[in-house]
Amino acid sequence: MAPHDLRRPFKRPLISDQERRRQQSLLRQAQNRLDAQHHARFLVSTAFSLSSSQTPEPETEPIHEPESHQNDELDVLEASKLKGAEARKWFAKQLMHPEWMIDIPENLTNDWFVLARPSGKRCFVVSSNGTTISRLRNGSILHRFPSKLPNGARTKDVNSGSSNSYSILDCIFHEQDQTYYVIDMVCWRGYSLYDCTSEFRFFWVNSKLAETGAFDPPSYYHKYSFSLVPVYGCDQSGLCSAYSAPVPYVKDGLLFYNKHAHYQAGITPLALVWKDENCSQYVMDTDSKGQVPNQQQVVLELQEDGKLTTCDDPPVVFGCLDGSFIQQSDLHSGYLLRFAIGEEGLVLVGGKLEKADLQYLGKANRARASADSFSKVMFQYSVRHSPLKLDDLLGSVSSPVDQESKACDIEMDG
Amino acid sequence: MAMEVTQILLNAQAVDGAVRKQAEDNLKQFQEQNLPSFLFSLAGELANDEKPPESRRLAGLILKNALDSKEQHKKIEFVQRWLAMDQAYKAQIKALLLRTLSSPSPDARSTASQVVAKVAGIELPHKQWPELIGSLLSTVHQLPAPTRQATLETLGYICEEVSPDVVEQDHVNKILTAVVQGMNSSEENNDVRLAAIQALYNALGFAQANFSNDMERDYIMRIVCEATLSPELKIRRAAFECLVAISSTYYEKLAQYMQDIFTITAKAVREDEEPVALQAIEFWSSICDEEIDIIEEYGGEFSGDSDVPCFYFIKQALPFLVPMLLETLLKQEEDQDQDEGAWNIAMAGGTCLGLVARTVGDDIVPLVMPFIEENITKQDWRHREAATYAFGSILEGPSPEKLVPLVNMALSFMLNALTKDPNNHVKDTTAWTLGRMFEFLHGSTLDNPIINQGNCQQIITVLLQSMKDVPNVAEKACGALYFLAQGYEDAGSGSSPLTPFFQEIVQSLLTVTHREDTGESRLRTAAYEALNEVVRCSNDDTAPMVAQLVTVIMMELHQTLENQKVSSDDRQNELQGLLCGCLQVIIQKLGASEPTKHHLMQYADQIMGLFLRVFASRSATAHEEAMLAIGALAYATGTEFVKYMQEFYRYMEMGLQNFEDYQVCAITVGVVGDVCRALEEKVLPYCDGIMTQLLKDLSSNQLHRSVKPPIFSCFGDIALAIGENFEKYLLYAMPMLQSAAELSAHTNGADDDMIEYTNTLRNGILEAYSGIFQGFKGSPKTQLLMAYAPHVLQFLDSLYNEKDMDDVVTKTAIGVLGDLADTLGSAAGPLIQQSISSKDFLKECLSSDDPLIKESAEWAKLTLSRVL
Repeated sequence: MAPHDLRRPFKRPLISDQERRRQQSLLRQAQNRLDAQHHARFLVSTAFSLSSSQTPEPETEPIHEPESHQNDELDVLEASKLKGAEARKWFAKQLMHPEWMIDIPENLTNDWFVLARPSGKRCFVVSSNGTTISRLRNGSILHRFPSKLPNGARTKDVNSGSSNSYSILDCIFHEQDQTYYVIDMVCWRGYSLYDCTSEFRFFWVNSKLAETGAFDPPSYYHKYSFSLVPVYGCDQSGLCSAYSAPVPYVKDGLLFYNKHAHYQAGITPLALVWKDENCSQYVMDTDSKGQVPNQQQVVLELQEDGKLTTCDDPPVVFGCLDGSFIQQSDLHSGYLLRFAIGEEGLVLVGGKLEKADLQYLGKANRARASADSFSKVMFQYSVRHSPLKLDDLLGSVSSPVDQESKACDIEMDG
Repeated sequence: MAMEVTQILLNAQAVDGAVRKQAEDNLKQFQEQNLPSFLFSLAGELANDEKPPESRRLAGLILKNALDSKEQHKKIEFVQRWLAMDQAYKAQIKALLLRTLSSPSPDARSTASQVVAKVAGIELPHKQWPELIGSLLSTVHQLPAPTRQATLETLGYICEEVSPDVVEQDHVNKILTAVVQGMNSSEENNDVRLAAIQALYNALGFAQANFSNDMERDYIMRIVCEATLSPELKIRRAAFECLVAISSTYYEKLAQYMQDIFTITAKAVREDEEPVALQAIEFWSSICDEEIDIIEEYGGEFSGDSDVPCFYFIKQALPFLVPMLLETLLKQEEDQDQDEGAWNIAMAGGTCLGLVARTVGDDIVPLVMPFIEENITKQDWRHREAATYAFGSILEGPSPEKLVPLVNMALSFMLNALTKDPNNHVKDTTAWTLGRMFEFLHGSTLDNPIINQGNCQQIITVLLQSMKDVPNVAEKACGALYFLAQGYEDAGSGSSPLTPFFQEIVQSLLTVTHREDTGESRLRTAAYEALNEVVRCSNDDTAPMVAQLVTVIMMELHQTLENQKVSSDDRQNELQGLLCGCLQVIIQKLGASEPTKHHLMQYADQIMGLFLRVFASRSATAHEEAMLAIGALAYATGTEFVKYMQEFYRYMEMGLQNFEDYQVCAITVGVVGDVCRALEEKVLPYCDGIMTQLLKDLSSNQLHRSVKPPIFSCFGDIALAIGENFEKYLLYAMPMLQSAAELSAHTNGADDDMIEYTNTLRNGILEAYSGIFQGFKGSPKTQLLMAYAPHVLQFLDSLYNEKDMDDVVTKTAIGVLGDLADTLGSAAGPLIQQSISSKDFLKECLSSDDPLIKESAEWAKLTLSRVL
């Protein structure tokens, strides 16, 4: 017969400190293993997706310092640790920029989302290590602040997960109500969303952001409020809503996103921007005094061989400066130069630019990070000559009756 | 031949070493040459009443040891060996054994009954020897008393040996009938009656059906209760032991007997001899255990479908139970606090009172307070001690709202008693009670702190003073300080109230560790435990002082290592263990943040040097502590740890080979993980050796099974660290993982322990897969893993179908699905699409309430969306 176990007198400690040390080591190891796993899961994939979607830099770029090439290989976590100029350079290349809509994509109804773009400063908002930083499109810091985004403030909240984890949102900061309007999500709690379709990313933005309290009004640990932008399917009613439904912010045109497109750094034809006078104060570019100049102005980049190009990949050549003019005006390759488009305008043959009447105005504003894109120049040109109207857009989407059965399967009204 | 065996067996017990050695060799030779005939000879020896008792006893022992072993792998081997033996031999051996049950020699009968049970333990689960139970029982009534006793003992041993499902209900009924008849007061032979009660104790697990039958249950309970009144002490004690076992096995069937049981236990506690009284108290402790479990499990909410309802027996018995227990507190033994193994009625009563407090909460307080008030100031130390013990016992269970006002009143009295009471026993219990106050009623979660600026200094002064008292009081004072420090663990980054006293506390504790009179007591250990807790719960303010402590502890460790050169004893090894433990805590504390880590790193080389020297000692505990501390150091040091690897590797390998002290092996496996994460790809040169050792460990059937799951996880750590370089191990590691996965896929019929183990194993396997897939990500060699993908997915599917994963496994499993998709990309798309895991399993996880499962699932969904 087995002897009955004696009860332990409870005046003696139940668990030895040694056992506790052992348990704590096991816990620490398990946590470290989780962190390592977590790190491996998202970071490496981010690094890969980033380097593959990276716009290759021209071989020699006098403006860039030598280490800039290395930065292309950084993953987002490493990048999130970068400081100063390094960080500026890295973030300047990460935003996805829409092309301007110069013609209407096929299948707008089925394959695209539309949203009313808030007017304001486009930026990345990065939350990690207990702080939140917003960076403008040139990479410089707009705000550094505490927020309720994951790891966005130094609070004792243990739910924000691994301290390594960080989130990156694509936002527009709207001055009037001091709110960050979230238009896209790039990383969430360390998971990269670069390789996900916009359909998925919008779904994610909607479901995740609400969990954090980011929409709460500003408070000590949450200096700025965040808000979602309503996203519609691109049928007639969606287009109308985006165009005219009231929103708490000042609109600056409509943004179109292809549902199947991944987040891609740089300019992409799979996101498009369109404006008219009704939905934007800034249809036509203004000069530094805020006036619309008589002639359309463009900013182009001077190449080694004197060619003047857009910022597209591959670049579109608008013209060429001769060597003596370059020397006279003390210009160097890589400079951004401002031109006016003259009387003769732009000559297009089969959608390709054949000839441009350029008049040199001078060097572009120093704050400019890059030349204009081809689509921007073309959109501005068409606004002045034969603008693409809302009716054109509405005409291209099928009537809502046809679409009933294919109604947008995710409702993006936050 | 038979003659020869007798002589050899006698020689094997000879005083002369040479003779003994010769005989042992002979036995071994005989066993190896012809096992069946060897065992047959032994059984013959045991059965033969003409042989000397000494040779018979040894024959029985060897026989028993040839059928069973404490070591799992040997046990399995012995079972196979017996099953494979020739039937004719086995039949003769079994017949001899059964015949021995009727031997006139009590020794031979007793040995035979144990051996019969061992054979039954092997054969019954294989549906062999079906006639055993029947033949044991057929004649039990007509047999002479000694044989009846042996038969009942045999039945008891059999029940202990085999699991209930291999004995048919018909046999169970017969066993219980025979046993209960043997227990009946009409049985005149006390030995038979005792054997019957002990058999019932072992057979209780078989009696589910009988306990569900009112009439049979009533009968069994009546017989057990009657036996508690037997004039024979052993019978009374065994009967109460049965009641204790019944209370935990058949709690839900006890309601109608509780009144009677209370009466007989109360009488036993008050009047019976101590061995019986202890079991009577144990009955109530056991009921408390049951009710605490039930209340914890259902959170106090009982619906009709709760498995086991709570009958609140303790609550109902409270007005009678508490006074009974309080009386026992006055029956202390002198010097019980100096004796580690002491267990008496006062201690049992106090322990039970503590359990009652946890069971009923607030209700106990008004029943105990008058006793405390009446006795706490009495002249006789027994009253003061009992009152203090009662107070300490009820501090866990009742709500803080109820207790805090009482503690506020009592605190200064207790502090005073700790310094002034003339009796050591009272001081011991007072210090313990203070510790309980701090453990349960002090900490950041409580609204009304019992410790404030006003009394903090006094508390510390008194505790530090008490540390100079006799060892047992000083030990409890260290314990109280431990909980005092723990309560400030979450004090936040602001200044801790202990900060002003930090230096003084540390100094006092170090002084205690140097006391010459600690002797065999736990005092030195308690002082280091308190020191560790003070360090763990310290904040940034005191980091420089913790850093100073590094050099102090290093010096102490250095000193013991020097002393060891002269002489080595257990106390010194124990001290090395304690010092390594203390350094481990300091390393973790200082390593946790960048500014403090700097303080630590300047000593890293020296610390590591000392740890390596500890491995020269032969104490497993010291090794274990040094290993744990090195793991913490590796984590704090990061890549630079590589400089120690050349020297450390040897000990790491030794640790991985330490099958005997499997804790050392397990800890070393964990440290391999730490080192992998610290060194990353720099660990590569050591991986051949490490992997070889780990694979050997896995194939060994000597190594304790609990080490195997962490070894699998460690594969993942290695793969994650060295990436595609893991390629060369795939050929060995993958088949191991695969077969372990197949084994662990199903748990059918396993008990809770086995299911828990299986889940740990599954988690280890999955962590290995996860690390391997992630390690290869982005490598051109990922296609090497494609061949294993179908099996991994199949494993995930079978886990899902099995429906018995715990949450940890679920989380890891769904993560592996993501890892597989992430690394193999769209090439694995069609495979993934075929798996249930990518559909139903993923869907379930996505809607899980567990945030960790959900997080993993969302990640898996993300990677799947890229490849499908």
